[in-house]
Amino acid sequence: MGWGDPDRIFYRLCWGLSLGMVFLVIGIGITLFWGSLPSLKAFGWHFLVGRIWDPVNEKFGALPFLVGTLITSFGALILTLPFALSSGIFLAEYAPPRVADGLSTVIDLLAGIPSVIYGLWALFYLVPLVRWVEMKLGVIPFGLGLPTASLVLAVMILPYAASIIREVLRMVPHELKEAAYGLGATRWEVIRGVSIPYGLSGIVAGLLLSLGRALGETMAVTMVIGNRSEMPRSPWDLANTMASVIANEFTEASKDIHLSALIEIGLLLFLITLGVNILARIIILRLQVR
Amino acid sequence: MGNRETIVDPRGPIIFDIRNLWAYYGEKPAVKGVTCKIPEKRVTAVMGPSGCGKTTFIRCLNRLHELSPGARVEGEIFLRGKNILEIDPVVVRRRVGMVFQKPNPFPTMTIYDNVLAGYKLLGIKLRREEADRLVEEALRKAALWDEVKDSLHKRGTYLSGGQQQRLCIARALAVKPEVLLMDEPTSALDPKSTAKIEELVVELKKSVTIVIVTHNIAQAGRVSDYAAFFYLGELVEFGPTSQLFTVPRDKRTEEFLKGKFG
Repeated sequence: MGWGDPDRIFYRLCWGLSLGMVFLVIGIGITLFWGSLPSLKAFGWHFLVGRIWDPVNEKFGALPFLVGTLITSFGALILTLPFALSSGIFLAEYAPPRVADGLSTVIDLLAGIPSVIYGLWALFYLVPLVRWVEMKLGVIPFGLGLPTASLVLAVMILPYAASIIREVLRMVPHELKEAAYGLGATRWEVIRGVSIPYGLSGIVAGLLLSLGRALGETMAVTMVIGNRSEMPRSPWDLANTMASVIANEFTEASKDIHLSALIEIGLLLFLITLGVNILARIIILRLQVR
Repeated sequence: MGNRETIVDPRGPIIFDIRNLWAYYGEKPAVKGVTCKIPEKRVTAVMGPSGCGKTTFIRCLNRLHELSPGARVEGEIFLRGKNILEIDPVVVRRRVGMVFQKPNPFPTMTIYDNVLAGYKLLGIKLRREEADRLVEEALRKAALWDEVKDSLHKRGTYLSGGQQQRLCIARALAVKPEVLLMDEPTSALDPKSTAKIEELVVELKKSVTIVIVTHNIAQAGRVSDYAAFFYLGELVEFGPTSQLFTVPRDKRTEEFLKGKFG
């Protein structure tokens, strides 16, 4: 035993590296907090509710970005829900095993596409589509903005939501489904009355994890959101999200307070996604205990 | 295949007339050419060592077998003269209920809703008084009413194993089936709960036909009027329990009853 023992060394190495990852998360939090201090001191709580973002006159309120992030993320979640639910249900309950495996692989591949490619695709296909809809509706046909960003986010989180829903439905005990079939329920009645209620908390957790991804997604959103740092006045408006304002302005921020304000937005985003992810994990943990 | 003399037709009305039934998992037959008649409002015990096809056999009687991947059924199963293999399985399963090896109440439902699951899942709306009456009636039949009448709106999963199994019996009875299939319903229960279920089985045959799978010979002796002995997928012997237990006609039945295998 002792330091010379390879088994021991490997054990300590693994421990050290795992612990390192924990410190990394804490470190990122501290760095963000440190960088935000000037902005925190200067604006306090007004930073969260301020509607004006004016780097020239050094007025910094992050509310437009908070609103932009929440609208696009929840919009994406709502848009993706029917697709995620139906494909999750199809893969878990209806598709023959080989078809399900094949389709699951394709869905997993979707999750691996770089987000800049989703952004390009959105620029070429979603923007004209949204513009066409906007013209029909008689609103200003930007093509860009909140609806386009929500749509591209919906497509991007679909693979996560669908595969989590599939896994949750697969966890439903066979005995329960048989009990329902034994009472004369059809496949759809079993799914609706037994599988979905049983997996409900898991489905909610899966959707929260997907929401966490949507909240922080940067590249594709930045490409289609329109990058206007004002409070959106309608769901069709141009906007900015927390992630996209950081990406857009960070390299151009010449004043310290501007930089600090951007870092504070980063801190906010970090805390929100952390919170959403922790909530989802708690729900999943409780599910596994049962 | 069991020869003629070892399969004795029951006296009195017949509910199931099974002819040359084969059940497969993929290419592998689990039930091999079973022919027999099941008497109405009697308890028929299905015995045999594990892996003999007895569970597969009763799962054919409400077409639950077909839910297993690659499963297939051949032959004829007449339920009051109609071949159930030609009827919508959903209809068959409402006429032929099932109680499983492991108590499986729906964990997301209350006791009350569990009893009514056969209606709720199918979206059948019941008037309040009718629902209350059905719940009480089914729970009384399952000898559970007195124990749960004050906690009807609690989750069914808080009950003990034996109570859960009786809840499952109530759930099956609530849709008023003609036949109740029971797949080793006491194998997960303690002796006291087992005794209660056995009492219940004897009581229930007044109103419903029961086919019960058991690997417990003594249990078959206590509860059944007729008994079937399966071995390696074949129905070796079928007849009145008293006769089959005292003067078995097939050597394999005799050996099984003596505890030589199983």
